[in-house]
Amino acid sequence: MIVRFFHRMASPMHFYRIAGLFVPWLGVLSAALLLAGLYGGLVLAPTDYQQGESYRIIFIHVPAAWMSLFIYVVMAAGGLISLVWRIKLAEVIAISSAPIGASFTFLALVTGSLWGKPMWGTWWVWDARLTSELILLFLYLGVIALYGAIEDKRVAARAVAILALVGVVNIPIIHYSVEWWNTLHQPATITKFDKPSIHLSMLVPLLLMALAFKLYYATVVLMRARCEVLERERNSRWVQSLVEPAAR
Amino acid sequence: MTPIRKKRLYLIGMMVVGVVVATTLALNAFDENLMFFFSPSEVAAGEAPTGHPFRIGGLVEPGSVQRQSDGLTVAFSLTDNAQRVTVEYTGILPDLFREGQGIVAMGSLGNDGIFVASEVLAKHDENYMPPEVASSLKTAHEDGVNQLIKGSVQ
Repeated sequence: MIVRFFHRMASPMHFYRIAGLFVPWLGVLSAALLLAGLYGGLVLAPTDYQQGESYRIIFIHVPAAWMSLFIYVVMAAGGLISLVWRIKLAEVIAISSAPIGASFTFLALVTGSLWGKPMWGTWWVWDARLTSELILLFLYLGVIALYGAIEDKRVAARAVAILALVGVVNIPIIHYSVEWWNTLHQPATITKFDKPSIHLSMLVPLLLMALAFKLYYATVVLMRARCEVLERERNSRWVQSLVEPAAR
Repeated sequence: MTPIRKKRLYLIGMMVVGVVVATTLALNAFDENLMFFFSPSEVAAGEAPTGHPFRIGGLVEPGSVQRQSDGLTVAFSLTDNAQRVTVEYTGILPDLFREGQGIVAMGSLGNDGIFVASEVLAKHDENYMPPEVASSLKTAHEDGVNQLIKGSVQ
């Protein structure tokens, strides 16, 4: 029964229809949370005892950095499913995630750099955390370029899945880089088996922003995946009838 | 799971394990070079390179910051609560530089044991809190220390 449900969901036609129903709701929810998080983070949250107002960049930087890792894991999982079970939808989700993940990685790098100048005294240092995050950006760009370079999209998806799986090794390196090596970047504040070292008044807007970013990703990945499905299935009857209902 | 899928899963598993092992070996081999900075203890133990510049990281020891008469040169001792190294720096310090703060300095060690820095970066910690909380924590800590001292005197 569950297996049948998944098989039905994985058919491009059903996915296209059901994802279309979810997109507006997810979008509205994400925008609402984003507004609440930004208001809480930029207006309500108190200033930091040491960094003053500049710390407020964490409300963008930290969720963006989390998303850059999260999306990569989703992409690699999609790659694994598409390689082993040959489910087309997994390929579609994986490849639709790549540009979003690349954007979040870029955002994390840029905001970190903007914060680094006043706080550390430098825009960029080659420490383990910053370097591994930069490698993540290149992995995303590699995935996008590889997919674009191969004409046959099913072959392309397989090549991309292998690249994504090889790159997975970078994810724990990014996360633990601040513990394994001496880095200029500070250790984890929240993602550790311990009480978060951030005051509750700052933690709440940060988590709101993180949730808003997650929902934003869900919205955009579904939109992109719908687009990709249409393009791949453009010769099938259901897409034809979608474009020209009269011709049916 | 059908045999062919099992085989694919197995192959992918082998590939990922292979990559992980290769990366682990490579990172272990690079270990020394991936360290962004050396601690004062490592410097004292002679683990830091002597010929070329390196970075040293630690806490600025409270009460050790001395400004020279030209107004730009500062000397302070950097500690990891075990060893200390005297650092000399001429230039503008970052906003977060203060006594008790973690910093990373780039430079080289002179024969006199003084580390001459060409760049000083502040290292931020992972704690975020409003100023009121920070000051109440500090007073609570001081109260605790005072009580301890009183207790030991009595």
